[in-house]
Amino acid sequence: MARTSPRTMRRLFHTMLKIRRFEEKIVERYPEQNMRTPVHLCIGQEAIAAGVCGNLKKGDYIFSTHRNHGHCLAKGMDINTLMAEFYGRITGCSRGKGGSMHPVAPECGILGTTAIVGGSIALAVGTGLASRLRKDGRISVAFFGDGAADEGIFHESLNFAALKKLPVLFVCENNFYATNSPQTARQPHDNIAKRGESYHIPGFQVDGNQVLTIYETVKKAAARARAGKGPSLIECRTYRWKGHVGPDCDYERGCRPEKELRDWMKRCPIELFQGHILANKIITAAEINHFIKAIDKEIATAVKFGLESPLPDKTDLIKHVFFERE
Amino acid sequence: MPWTKVFIDQDDFAATPATDGLRWITYRDSLREAQMQMLQHDARVFILGEGVDDPGGIFGTTVGLCEIFGKDRVMDIAIAENGLTGVAIGAALAGMKPIFVHMRMDFLPICMDQIINHAAKWCYMTGGKVNVPLVVRSIIGRGWGSAAQHSQALHSLFLHIPGLKVAIPATPYDAKGLLVSALNDGNPVMFIEHRWVYDYKGHVPEEIYAVPLGKGIVRRQGKDATVVAISQMLYEAVKASKALAAEGIEIEIIDPRTLNPLDEELIFDSVRKTGRLVIGDVGCRTGGVGAEIASRVAEKAFPFLKESVAIVALADTPSPASHALEMAYYPGAEQIIASVKRLLGNNKVSELAPVPGEPTSILFRSR
Ligand SMILES: Cc1ncc(C[n+]2csc(CCOP(=O)(O)OP(=O)(O)O)c2C)c(N)n1
Ligand SMILES: [Mg+2]
Repeated sequence: MARTSPRTMRRLFHTMLKIRRFEEKIVERYPEQNMRTPVHLCIGQEAIAAGVCGNLKKGDYIFSTHRNHGHCLAKGMDINTLMAEFYGRITGCSRGKGGSMHPVAPECGILGTTAIVGGSIALAVGTGLASRLRKDGRISVAFFGDGAADEGIFHESLNFAALKKLPVLFVCENNFYATNSPQTARQPHDNIAKRGESYHIPGFQVDGNQVLTIYETVKKAAARARAGKGPSLIECRTYRWKGHVGPDCDYERGCRPEKELRDWMKRCPIELFQGHILANKIITAAEINHFIKAIDKEIATAVKFGLESPLPDKTDLIKHVFFERE
Repeated sequence: MPWTKVFIDQDDFAATPATDGLRWITYRDSLREAQMQMLQHDARVFILGEGVDDPGGIFGTTVGLCEIFGKDRVMDIAIAENGLTGVAIGAALAGMKPIFVHMRMDFLPICMDQIINHAAKWCYMTGGKVNVPLVVRSIIGRGWGSAAQHSQALHSLFLHIPGLKVAIPATPYDAKGLLVSALNDGNPVMFIEHRWVYDYKGHVPEEIYAVPLGKGIVRRQGKDATVVAISQMLYEAVKASKALAAEGIEIEIIDPRTLNPLDEELIFDSVRKTGRLVIGDVGCRTGGVGAEIASRVAEKAFPFLKESVAIVALADTPSPASHALEMAYYPGAEQIIASVKRLLGNNKVSELAPVPGEPTSILFRSR
């Protein structure tokens, strides 16, 4: 396996840190009830967003889900407009129309986000189709959860993408739960990665808390897609630390075993990678400190921007139902 | 018959404890009780849906049922709404009585093929030989920035499909009674709940009883205007009635309880008395149930109208996220009051700011 460069490793680490600090800021500020939108946090799953998007170019497309903050940040979305959207402001990425479940940033390949489970999968196949027809060299990524892999749209999309050899990566974040329903209650086998086999789509099952593994796996899959050889399915096994929605933990309410959460928390994707890059002298403790300070400053600015931005006007309600040429 | 009882502006809907010895429980508990009793009394009944067995239990409406009846009768399912709707229909064809539960109505569009092309038409296509005793529970929510894909009220879509019945209970009493009727009806019934009323308490008898599909109810008697209030709008109408009564205006409130079949005679009778009609709906205006009711009144009760019909509904936009926009989006008592006053020619209403995107609706003029 080609060795990932120190520069890339630092970048991956920075992305993960940024996602974690961003989500933690939401946890901190959410109780103030100024972010009046349901938040689906991805704390614990940061390595996937970082490892996948670390391979993407600005023009490549991603389609995310209700649990999208990490993907959007990793793809390079402007943090101010994301935060302002959570605060329902006119300066938000969707002008206050979308809230936390539908971020958009066309300038970096985010053409919108769907919170209908499974919706992202076909949309990414569609942008993949456009790229193939236009020969624009872009690839498309569909992020989705283990729950979404049971929707019919998953199978229909895989079949079509394989048939047309589309430049698409199907990235399943298997956190073993769909809302509070464990994977075993929904699927006869724990083998999402294999579901592409009958379509001859290469499947990979990787540790979703190891950013380098993800990065390197996706690197090959992305090269394959760019070379016109078709889609890949990558199942990243991970765990979310917070409840399905909102800033709280959920084991107190009996949603899942506390021990399971504690065990996964011992395998924090950021700490794991931090240990690796410190030990290998890829980064110093002082540099990490510097990263954190700079990130926190950026996030504080975003919060301020969000809170100080104006709310939409009532008359904005009826705008944008239809697209109109300016 | 209990459903013929006229509840006139008592605090039937408010969360006040019973004073007259009647049993009061929440809308949520009423639904849970109905399902529990039907599971107990009818072996054909079973529940399926995403999260029906989880600690939250579909906003509390299925809590504990899996523990009592087991996973075969209270079945958590994969996120596969279209296929599983077909599975539920198949079970119904074989004589079972499934209740398919959706936490939000927004997930129903995925099931549309099975609901519209299969469930709704099976009886007709088989010349009445095979029926589909299926209940699809789905929940309307609103607010807290849930936005376009998580707060839709799509009840009116189903009115356009022959073969589907649509129940939309607003009170705890009706929640239980209509669910029982829906399960015993033998036809596919779209059963539509509003999350905002789950905490509301009302009288609910302990025994199993049925509220017939197709029978509306007069919730308040009045002589000046008829307000047909759908789902959560009932509570807004009751609020409006109090404010209006303080000014000497008496509205008659009708809760249709089911939209298909629609108890149009009840509405016509009221309009005959008041000559004015306001329809309060929780969905978008165009092509909605408000338009359907207005057209039936125009067709069959036109001579009784003294004024044009007014519809209070959502603007024709998807649900916005921002709180500032939500406030403009969701109409309530204020808009009902304004509409009633306008029909009564009371100019004071002009002081009320119009809701953006909610132009005054003039459907037709009476002579
Ligand atoms: C079609 C559809 N059905 C149901 C839901 C409600 N819902 C939202 S998230 C979710 C669980 C999704 O689980 P998974 O795909 O594993 O993603 P995760 O939340 O674990 O990231 C469900 C059932 C939905 N949004 N869309
Ligand atoms: Mg999951």
